[in-house]
Amino acid sequence: MSNMVQAIRMALHVAEERHDLTDVFGEDVGPPLGGAFTATQGIKCAWNSPLDERGIVGASIGLGLAGCRNVAEIQFCDYAYNTIDLLKVAGMQTWCSNGDWNVPMTVMTPVGSGIRGSIYHSHSFDSTATHIPGFKIAMPSTPKDAYGLLLSCIVDPNPCFFLVPKALLRVRNQPGEEIPGEPGDDKALSKMIDAPLGDRSKWQPRWPDTPDMFIPFGEGRTVRRGRDLTVVSYGRTLPLCTKAAEELAEEGIEAEVIDLRSLYPYDWERIRESARRTRRALFVNEETEITNFGEHLLRRTVEELFYELEAPPRLLAGAFVPGIGLADNLEMASVPQLPSIRDTIRKLAREQP
Amino acid sequence: MSTSLRPVPRAPDADLSPELLIRIHNLMVQARVLEERLIAMYKQGDGYFWIGGPGEEAFNVPLGLLIQKGQGPQFDYCHFHYRQSATLLAMGADPADSLRQMKNTATDPYSGGRNFSNHYSKREWNVCPISSVIEVQYSMCIGTGIAQKRAGGRGITIVTGGDAGTAEGDFASCLVWSSRPANPLPILIIVTNNKWGISTASQGQHGEKRVSDRGKAFGIESRTIDGNDPEVCYREIAAAMEYIRTERKPFLLEAMVSRLYGHSSASGANAVPDEADCIKGFEKKLEERKLLTRQQMDEVRQKYMQELQEAHKKIRQEPQPKGDTIYQHVFSDRDLVRGG
Repeated sequence: MSNMVQAIRMALHVAEERHDLTDVFGEDVGPPLGGAFTATQGIKCAWNSPLDERGIVGASIGLGLAGCRNVAEIQFCDYAYNTIDLLKVAGMQTWCSNGDWNVPMTVMTPVGSGIRGSIYHSHSFDSTATHIPGFKIAMPSTPKDAYGLLLSCIVDPNPCFFLVPKALLRVRNQPGEEIPGEPGDDKALSKMIDAPLGDRSKWQPRWPDTPDMFIPFGEGRTVRRGRDLTVVSYGRTLPLCTKAAEELAEEGIEAEVIDLRSLYPYDWERIRESARRTRRALFVNEETEITNFGEHLLRRTVEELFYELEAPPRLLAGAFVPGIGLADNLEMASVPQLPSIRDTIRKLAREQP
Repeated sequence: MSTSLRPVPRAPDADLSPELLIRIHNLMVQARVLEERLIAMYKQGDGYFWIGGPGEEAFNVPLGLLIQKGQGPQFDYCHFHYRQSATLLAMGADPADSLRQMKNTATDPYSGGRNFSNHYSKREWNVCPISSVIEVQYSMCIGTGIAQKRAGGRGITIVTGGDAGTAEGDFASCLVWSSRPANPLPILIIVTNNKWGISTASQGQHGEKRVSDRGKAFGIESRTIDGNDPEVCYREIAAAMEYIRTERKPFLLEAMVSRLYGHSSASGANAVPDEADCIKGFEKKLEERKLLTRQQMDEVRQKYMQELQEAHKKIRQEPQPKGDTIYQHVFSDRDLVRGG
């Protein structure tokens, strides 16, 4: 079964073979490395660019304007901040031309903590991305979702962010969540599509026959059903929320867990239906907590469901500090971890007026 | 390195035909009158902001005449800035549409009343949306250049900005990416140098003698020309374009131009008397060569003034966009650029 990096690779392969993907590019994206996280190994249309994020995003817009479906990688989202005005330009090409132009392009970038990446390899990007109208934004928490969401990004006629939680890049699909056509044996798949160490000049991948699978934007996934509260998350914190919910079931707390998967458009109907039923809502992500995307979801929950709730909705997010420190204790204290998620769920489930 | 396999063709010394010179003059005057009308509209309250290109007609008209306009990679992609009304007119645009954008009417074909004056966009001619941001086009042009290199043919990418904008990193990006040994790109990199960045003189900010010198470090064919002489501009642009169309490599062309009404309405939009006026200089030559009389040239101006005055009156009555349209076109339902 594939891990997320392999699933991304398989999606890129399908897209270049069947969906007119013309360019996958960025720093170290092409041979010999095939991406800092190996997500682009074996992709025929992958090429290395200069070390220039503004050039990468600008080129991606230009390729899109010329009708070329492309995936531009920013090696870490931390390095996308000097491209913000270009991202704004990408997001407004259709709007400012009153519908005359569109820009098919995908900006793929690893986000978040979890690899002890220190100050410049641990940023989140969900709040920044959701501040840029005109983009569709996907953020998977499983390899299968990564596969289906990336294909949706590539074929969409609009600019898309594909935010990859780097802590989950080596996490494998759960049984029953396989991508159709992928070998069940991890080693067999690795032998087929992981580039060997050493000289790769003669290596050719052997791709499994995987199908077109498009997970629509705006369609979340209910990972776990529950009656006592609704937990909405995405990316790295999603599996932690699921684990916390499973542990708390032993205490009699049944939390419903929703994986948002797509941050814009987002599945408000799923959140609303669930929160109306459970009457309690918690939003969990690891972005810094001030002007956090979870705050938007929380605000909407308050405005639309206030009289149906039994407790104030909560946000559990990253500390509002400039960076994530390298030392283990610093990273653990900066972003939500299993204990803090578990404690917050327990507290909210038991909160009384 | 992007050293040429064969030398860049020298701009021919031969005279341009009288018909072409008269056409260039006609378009230059039309563009100047258009800009003066846009300024008048601003001053009369028929627009919120003016920015444009009076003083750059001698360069922009020949450029527009030489562009292979059309849609898709076989035609020229245009990443312009906001001083190129003359280029659009030379390509065949209706000057009344510029008034519509100034008046931000719903009938404005470039942005539906959403964007400033002279911020053109026309997919049918590969004119990419012009941004008020002065540098992003130098990054975006890389992508259309890559697409055209791959597509083959003679289509090229043309990008224009001012001298002040070359201080931004995107200009360096353009030089680096267009001259990558792995894939040199067919891009005409233009800098119209008016020696100003809003109110700041370039001489206090830029140590390089010429902006075009920066291209030399990348092995890019580079040249600085007199942007106030339309004959020089026509020949030099034609030679640069032919090089790019055949060699599929970049060319950096710096044109020294005037800025006759300041930066924009933010600086008053008043005539600046001490800058060279390319139309006056060109008209003197046309008169000396007996190609046009003073009276004929005055009549050209009068004709366009009359036409645009009438268009202005008409456009004043055209509807403004409705507030409930703001959510239209945030996303595209169809892939227009892929022919969907």
